[in-house]
Amino acid sequence: MAAPATSRVIAVELNGEQVELEVPARRLLVHFLRDDLGLTGTHIGCDTGNCGACTVHLNGEPVKSCMLLAVQADGARVTTVEGLAPDGELTPLQTSFNEHHALQCGYCTPGMLMSASALLERNPRPSEEDVRLALQGNICRCTGYVNIVEAVLATGGSR
Amino acid sequence: MTVTEQATTLKRGFVGQSMPRKEDRRLVQGQGTFFDDVRRHGMGYVHFVRSPYAHAKIVSIDVSRALELDGVYGTITGDEVAIQTDPFFEMSVEPGGLIKDYALAVGRVRHMGEPVAAVCAATRELARDAAELVEVSYDPLPVLVDAGEALKDEVVMHEDAGSNVVWSGVFEWGDVDQALAEADHVVKIERLHFHRFSSTPLECAGALVEYDRGTGEWTLHCNHQMPGVGAIWMAPALRVGIDKLRFVTQDIGGGFGNKICLHPQYVVLCLLARKLGRPVQWTEYRTDQHTANAHGNERTFLDVEVGVMADGTMTGFRVRALDDCGAFPRYEPLGCIIWAQVTPGMYGWRNIRVDFTQVCTNKSPVSPNRGYSRMQHLWLTERVVDIVASELGFDPVEIRKKNYVKAEQMPYETPNGCVYDSGDYAAALDLALELIDHGSIEERRRDAAARGRLLGLGIGSTLDSGTNNFGQSTLLNPDLQFSGNNEAASVKLDIFGEVVVTLGTVPQGQGHETTAAQVVADILGCSPEQVNVRRGHDTWFNSHAGFSGTYASQFAFTGLGAVKGAAELLRDEMVQLAAAVLQAPAEAIELADGMARIKDGPEEAALPFMALGAIVNANNAFLPPDFNPTLNHRYVCRPYFGMVDTEKKTGQLTLTYALQVHAAVVEVDPDTGEVEVVDYAAVDDCGVRINPLIVEGQVHGATAHALGAALSEEFVYDEEGTLLTSNFYDYHVPHALDMPPLKTGAMESPSPVAPLGAKGMGEGGGGGIHCICAAIQDALASAGKPIVSTSCNPPHRVWAMLRDPESSRANVSVASR
Repeated sequence: MAAPATSRVIAVELNGEQVELEVPARRLLVHFLRDDLGLTGTHIGCDTGNCGACTVHLNGEPVKSCMLLAVQADGARVTTVEGLAPDGELTPLQTSFNEHHALQCGYCTPGMLMSASALLERNPRPSEEDVRLALQGNICRCTGYVNIVEAVLATGGSR
Repeated sequence: MTVTEQATTLKRGFVGQSMPRKEDRRLVQGQGTFFDDVRRHGMGYVHFVRSPYAHAKIVSIDVSRALELDGVYGTITGDEVAIQTDPFFEMSVEPGGLIKDYALAVGRVRHMGEPVAAVCAATRELARDAAELVEVSYDPLPVLVDAGEALKDEVVMHEDAGSNVVWSGVFEWGDVDQALAEADHVVKIERLHFHRFSSTPLECAGALVEYDRGTGEWTLHCNHQMPGVGAIWMAPALRVGIDKLRFVTQDIGGGFGNKICLHPQYVVLCLLARKLGRPVQWTEYRTDQHTANAHGNERTFLDVEVGVMADGTMTGFRVRALDDCGAFPRYEPLGCIIWAQVTPGMYGWRNIRVDFTQVCTNKSPVSPNRGYSRMQHLWLTERVVDIVASELGFDPVEIRKKNYVKAEQMPYETPNGCVYDSGDYAAALDLALELIDHGSIEERRRDAAARGRLLGLGIGSTLDSGTNNFGQSTLLNPDLQFSGNNEAASVKLDIFGEVVVTLGTVPQGQGHETTAAQVVADILGCSPEQVNVRRGHDTWFNSHAGFSGTYASQFAFTGLGAVKGAAELLRDEMVQLAAAVLQAPAEAIELADGMARIKDGPEEAALPFMALGAIVNANNAFLPPDFNPTLNHRYVCRPYFGMVDTEKKTGQLTLTYALQVHAAVVEVDPDTGEVEVVDYAAVDDCGVRINPLIVEGQVHGATAHALGAALSEEFVYDEEGTLLTSNFYDYHVPHALDMPPLKTGAMESPSPVAPLGAKGMGEGGGGGIHCICAAIQDALASAGKPIVSTSCNPPHRVWAMLRDPESSRANVSVASR
């Protein structure tokens, strides 16, 4: 019997571009994005899947990229924070984060933006409760969430 | 505020405006650079081998199996560290001063998670695998997890010191014995406990360290928030001059004080980089951060006695404070004195005696944590006030107003010689009460009772003292050669008219790039967009001073004071230069709209900044020999404190006192003990607000930290010294759904001593902890009137008080004349 493969070539549509790369079988998706592809906008804030700093979109759904192996993203469409405004023109959500002072250190911000943009995608005019529910998997230690919630609500036109 | 509004006020007066931040554009696009984003060719990843025991002798360490693994670059153990480095400098007198603290455990481990060896390998995964192969043999020792037990010295953790006591001393101001003898009532509280938690910044600690063999210099791409002091620890330990350490910070993912004591890990990285001849990188795991980096100080207050007159005037108190700093003192014993910045809290009592002792235990070392040491003491004063009120039947609002330092007493000198610079505490309390609709509390209480719930109101009035006088360290150890404070900044005008600002501070989310640009723009007459404030700290900029960093609520004073000083030097020179070129007297020149021009002069009598920058930098032959402008100025802000009196233990220990009054309304479920915050207000007065948007953000953040600490966040150890809350599952920080709606109120009492009238702020003084404790006690008043005597009250503790209020009441007694 052949030894089990320890690496595999995966193909991912990443921020609109096709990427094909060999990755170790054990590599987490977040390390693949950060270390192999240099997409350092996706952050790591814990080692237990709690903090959500590593949130990306997998086929349009928000996922914690530290809870998936890179090989599990094979064939998928992945969007990271760098893919939100590829031409440098900020999205309304990003602009709203700036205007509402929804970030301080900025470390949780990419994950917050990915969770919030997924929410707005499926529910363009969320209530405050909807926003808090959608962000409950993202920890922020700076803002107390006050201005983050405000920024998302304002983007959805609810404030 | 909208962008349009900014444009209309572009001419002057950026200070005081709620400008959106300059930092945000990169951060919302994932284009911030944090230390873990820095890469170098050939770098190795470091993983620490950590102790599973809280206290044990190290019998042997065998790294041979790790070294055999393909891709492992090398290892280091405590034995090598003991040969190649000296123990870190200790601040305490004996016995604490005799403690030997090395970068890795030498011979003995003293807390769970203490690093005993490190492995460097080609990938993160490989380093972790290799660390598993390091074989360490331990001989377990008896464990100390309780400060009271540690005090007995039956088990001694540091043989060199011969005692678990780090430092002890008695502080007395006024005459407490007499005050208590003359009081109508003496309220006694046997024990109050301020628990162990930390602000747990979302970005863990770490660094990428490069060693230059040619120059013998190390470069640390890191997230140390106080590099000036970090270098004071590291350079002597590494047996090099301080000039051999270059600290570079980028964006930092939060600090809150928890990134001040990184010198042990950084020294290991320096040794590995030198030994292996390659850049080495270490990113701390969350579990390791919780287990073995930096907790906040745990403090037990014993035998509290408070003198109260019949009319509610509190005349003084005495207390024994027992502080637990964990396995190594590191930044301690500074916490044994920092609290004295706020000795009387917000109250006018003049007779205070604090018998303070700090001990080591087999728990994680501590470091400054948002509200450092003052928060613990202010929690004591607030607990005292609410316990006195409840036991003697005073209204918590009225007893506060009666005893607060009054607005007309400002500036107010405390019994230990600190000067509260400004503020109206009673007015701040009124505003907080108005925000939570204090008048309707009794009605809401009845409404909650009808729903089977217990409603309570709590007040937390607290101070955020800022701009530390390092001379207070001499109250702990007269031989220490520290006093005063300083911070530096540089401002220059570059060749094409660019205004470039370099800070000595090390921001971690406080928006320094924005507020510094606001200050400079006002002074130079340009827009903040024209001002480029360099990101982060770099020792090679030579724009730092000995105490550089971001800590102790002082940027608005020292950091912006330095920026202001440097910008004014530049402004004066730009005016002189324009006067020379335009052949007008200096008094006739004004800087406005990005130009130097003759006031009310013809339109062509104006030089754009670019012309000034180009003349000095590239086209200067026509300038006379005795006029040599540089357009590049460094300024050091050195606040004046005077000397502290080590005999009387008095002095100006800090300069500004921002105030916060928090008010909370909670509902308690009597069946489960669950506490729901249903209404909350935080009022802040930090003097002139450079950027109100940023100030309010700090208030939100400090409140969230306090609510988390008050209701769930606790580092819990079992009797073997194993940390039971080592990750975000077990250590629950507030999530979006946990946070109540926050109302904020702002007042502005400009500081008469600060360069811009702005007081340092941001730490928040733990107001939320104080008011949640008070609110729970108030809610439970109709359920046997238990006394809240610990700072963390998750449902199981509240439930225990509801089931057995009497045992908590046994903690308190009143003796009346």
